[in-house]
Order: sequence, then structure tokens, then C-alpha cells
Amino acid sequence: MSSPDTTEEELVDESIEPQEELVIDEERNVLISSLEKDLGDDLVDSHVVPGVDAWIRVTQESWLETAKVLFEKNEMIFFNFLSAIDWKPSPFGREMDAAIDADSSDEVVDESEMEWGVTGGQNRFQLLARVHNPSTNIGIHLKTDLEGEYPEVETWIPVYPGANWHEREVMEMFGISFTNHPNLVNLYLPSEFEGHPLRKDFPLLSRRAKPWPGIVDVELMPGEDDDESEDTGEET
Amino acid sequence: MNLEASTQQLSYIANQASDARVNIELETEGMTLNLGPQHPATHGTLRIIVRLDGEQVISAEPVMGYMHRGYEKLSEVRTYPQVTTLVNRIDWLGSFANEVPFILAAERLMEVEAPPRAQWIRTALFELSRIANVVLFLGDMAVQLGATTPVFYAFRDREFVLNQIESVTGGRFHPNFDRIGGIKDDLPKGWIQETKDVLARIHSFCDEMQDLVVGNEIFQTRTRGIGIIPADVGLSYGLSGANIRSSGVDWDLRRDGGVGLIHDQLDWKVWTHPDGDSFARYWVRLQEVRESCKMVDQILDGIPSGPIMAKVPRIIKVPAGEAYVETENPLGIMGYYIVSKGDLVPYRVKIRSASFNNVSITPWVLKGVYVPDVISILASLYFILGDIDR
Repeated sequence: MSSPDTTEEELVDESIEPQEELVIDEERNVLISSLEKDLGDDLVDSHVVPGVDAWIRVTQESWLETAKVLFEKNEMIFFNFLSAIDWKPSPFGREMDAAIDADSSDEVVDESEMEWGVTGGQNRFQLLARVHNPSTNIGIHLKTDLEGEYPEVETWIPVYPGANWHEREVMEMFGISFTNHPNLVNLYLPSEFEGHPLRKDFPLLSRRAKPWPGIVDVELMPGEDDDESEDTGEET
Repeated sequence: MNLEASTQQLSYIANQASDARVNIELETEGMTLNLGPQHPATHGTLRIIVRLDGEQVISAEPVMGYMHRGYEKLSEVRTYPQVTTLVNRIDWLGSFANEVPFILAAERLMEVEAPPRAQWIRTALFELSRIANVVLFLGDMAVQLGATTPVFYAFRDREFVLNQIESVTGGRFHPNFDRIGGIKDDLPKGWIQETKDVLARIHSFCDEMQDLVVGNEIFQTRTRGIGIIPADVGLSYGLSGANIRSSGVDWDLRRDGGVGLIHDQLDWKVWTHPDGDSFARYWVRLQEVRESCKMVDQILDGIPSGPIMAKVPRIIKVPAGEAYVETENPLGIMGYYIVSKGDLVPYRVKIRSASFNNVSITPWVLKGVYVPDVISILASLYFILGDIDR
């Protein structure tokens, strides 16, 4: 397990205020170390951007347990959101250039090309949630890797009742189901809808039918002249 | 404060329980009432299936998706500057405020900061969209309780605010004005004085609403003690904005979050109310409009000179990484979780919209209330369907 201050190379300190090197975020570090104590081996990885945000990754089995620990021991009583990320790149290539690559079916993306973001990962689907402590004003992102193409994970409703609709949305959009959820039916989509739209392998048909002009029509930013384009290395 | 709210709720429940006993004795038959999809109380197309026992709600189940536009999917095939066009349309009454957290998140990933003048103008427009949004609520809530006059005042005075937004951005509803690294254009000539006149109008509008609506006896009886949300329940459902502040939670991201906007340099106050009922939600919003007017007034006096754009490349590629930025929008907390892979387009955008969480409490809060109170509770929660369905 990496210590909270070590970052992988693409995860450089992204705090926006100009400040001195080596900012140490006491509150978030204390939070992470208390979570390490409570969760033990279930805490896979953690990441802190000092003064800005914190992330942890936990095992799939401890998903509900983590919520309980955060709610009861760390007063993370504000439920912010729950969603998921599909890390397997789209097999259709870049949809922006759909007019060009619609015919070329040779672009096959294999699973080894998956790249994960903050706190890493190992599977295609990752749950992503955020809870918040309104009195200290510190929030934390939670991630967990899910096994399989149609994963199952325990519901958060016993701890955060607000997770109800978020889980229904994740179910219809990603095909991730939640055990013990009282009413796991589609939230937005019609009940007979087939497929899971936010999966990367779900094609955006309107984009296929009508190509998008894409990057061609980038408008000039105010105060920017054409001759400035040379320092970006792009042709005008 | 909590204790007081729960005693009120207990007495309310006790009243209803005694009515329920009468109902059992009379053996009324259950009935299903379909509210919506088109109903003036819903600001869009929300359908609520309400099961009734006599005049009392047994269960309420909102049905959504009539306006789902799939912005999270669409964002994945648009370049970063193009996404603001989409997110404008989430909360369409306060559109500029929707762009701000997205742009701030992209700026955090690019490690760009807007110059001070841009930040001040951003904050001014952010607060003006809050005024335009909430002023409409102040009239609209009254019209849903049967008072027609306030909503005409609201539409009249909101128009002046929209004019000011339009004269800067070119769009009444969909400004599409915020850019990564700054804003699109500078303020037009004479705008500051015009805006000051408009703010004076909004101040007198607030006083009118104080007399016409808050001081109205019918309004008070229909909202006091109705739809009480205790603070802990509200927080666990993710209620935010004025809805949670009117349950006594003193938490405002403009004061406590403080990214990218300049609220911390202004003199203003966060209003809370201990009751957590429909009346409190109206009252808190009324005070917030006044505070926003104060803030804009201070901003107009203090806008620094200087550039309005930081130096950003013409073709914007956002470095790989993840960032989440949330701001205190007119309807509550709105945030964007951006996953970037160093491309022209975001890899994944999760939109955390305020109304989605605010409305998810309706099955809890509507249980046990009377049919007319359904309307006043829905109106006081103040959601916009574009903000739920995204």
C-alpha cells in the first residue's frame, strides 16, 4: 500500500493555489490513517491531494462495511453521490472522428490496454462514491473494483438511504446490480430498454448516423490571435 | 434545534395518526392518484404516483426519465469547451452557474487559474443566475398555493436580471460564457450602473415578497409545520443548498468550499432556519436572494482591472487525472467528477446535480401528509427537472 503522499507519475500534486512545496494535509492524513486502522487489509490503496481531496480504494466485500465505518466513526453523514466508471476503452475508437473510423473495424482494443486513474484498479468496472463531513468540510471518494461483466455488490441503503436512486441509475446505465436493494428497477430508461448506455461498448448511434465536425470548429479564444498558435504546435 | 424539529414532526404525525384511526373505522378504500407528468408544481415533466387513503398519502413514488438527455454519455464525445453547451441546459433557470464547476474541474486538471478579473466577473454572473433562479421560486411557490399575484412580480423582476446576464453573455438562458482559463468577453460599457439599478429593484421585490407572501396568514398556515425534514435525514439523503440550511445545518460551500470563486473576499452571511418545514425553505431562500444582491453590489464596486483570460493553448488537451469540483449552485450542491486520459474529450464525466438528491427524499417526506400538502412540499423543495434527469 502506498503512503498517502506518494503519487504515481501522472498523479502529480494538482492543487490550484500557488503554494510552497510539500504541503502536508494533516486532517486528510489523519482520516486516511484512521481508516487504515479500521479497515485493515480491505483498504487497497489511498491517495491524498493535499488541501484538495482524498481517495480510497477498498475491496468489493467491504463496500458496505466501509460505508458504516465512514458514517459512524468519521461522521461522514452527508451522502454526495454514487456512480461507476467503465475502464475498458470503447471498441469503436474515438467517436469524435466517427466519419473516418466508422469503416475501419481493424481497431480492436484489448483488455490489456486498460489504464486506471487515481488509486489504480484491476477490473473493468469500478464503483465510485463520495461522502462528506459537513462539520469539518472534508469529503472522501471511495472506489471499489467489481468482478465480472455483470457484477453484484451490496447496497448502501442501510447506511445512506439517499443511495437508492443512485444505485438504480448505476444498475440501468452500467449493468451493476445491488443485492438487498428494495426496488431495483430502471430509473430513467423504459423498462424494456436493452443494453447499458454508459458502458463504453454501447454505441452512440446518433453520432454514427451523423458525423460530428469535432475539433475542426474550435473557436478562437478572446485575446488570442492566429500567430499565437505556434506555441501550441498546432496548424491554424 | 434538531430536538425542536422532531417534536414538531411528532406532533404532526400524532395528528395524522388520530385521523388515520378515523379512517380505519370508516374503512375508506385506497386510491391511486397520478400526479403529472405535466403539472405546474413540477417545473418540467415529473410524474408522481401517489397512493391515497382518504386524503392521506400512504406512499409516493416519483417516476422520472421523461426528460433524460444522457449528458454523461454525450460529454464523452465532446471536447472540453463543447461540454459547457450541454451543461447549460441542466438547471435552465440558473444556467451560468452550471458551467462554473465543470470549468473549475478542468482548470484544476490543467493547473490553470483564471486571472482575478475573470474570477470576479464569474462570481458576479454566478450570483446573478442565483438571483434569476430563486426570484422565480419566490413567486412560483406562492402561485402553487393559490396566490396569483406574486408570480407576475417575479417574472417581471427576473426579466431585468436576465437582461443584465444577456447584455454580458449574449444569452438570456444559455450563456455558454465560461471558458477554461477565464471568461469569453469583458463587461459592456455602462453595465455596472445598470446592474446596480436592477439590484435595487430586486431588493424592493424581496420586501414585497416579505409582505405579500411571508406575512400572509394563509401562506403560513399552509407551510408552517408541513413537510418537516430533520437535519440528519436530510444529510443522509444528500439534500443540499437552501433545503438543508432550512433544517438548521450551517453549511454553505460558498463560505466553506471556496474554490475558484471569490466569495471569501465579500461580506455576507449564511442564513439557516431551525424548523426544516416548507415555510423555512421559503424564508431561507428569500434571505439568500438578499445576500446575493449584497454580494453582487460589493463585486461591482471591487472588480479589479486586468486580463480576463489566462494563457491556455488553443486546442485544449486536459492532462490525465481525476478531479471533482463542487459549488453551491442555486438549487444546491452541483459537482462534476471528470476522468481525463489526456485527450481532447473527457473519458468520463459524472454530473452530481442538486435536484436529483433533493427529490430523492420525496418518498420519505410525502408519506403521511395530506393531498394539498403534497403540492406545497414539492414546491418548497424547489427542483428543476433538467437538474434531475440530466
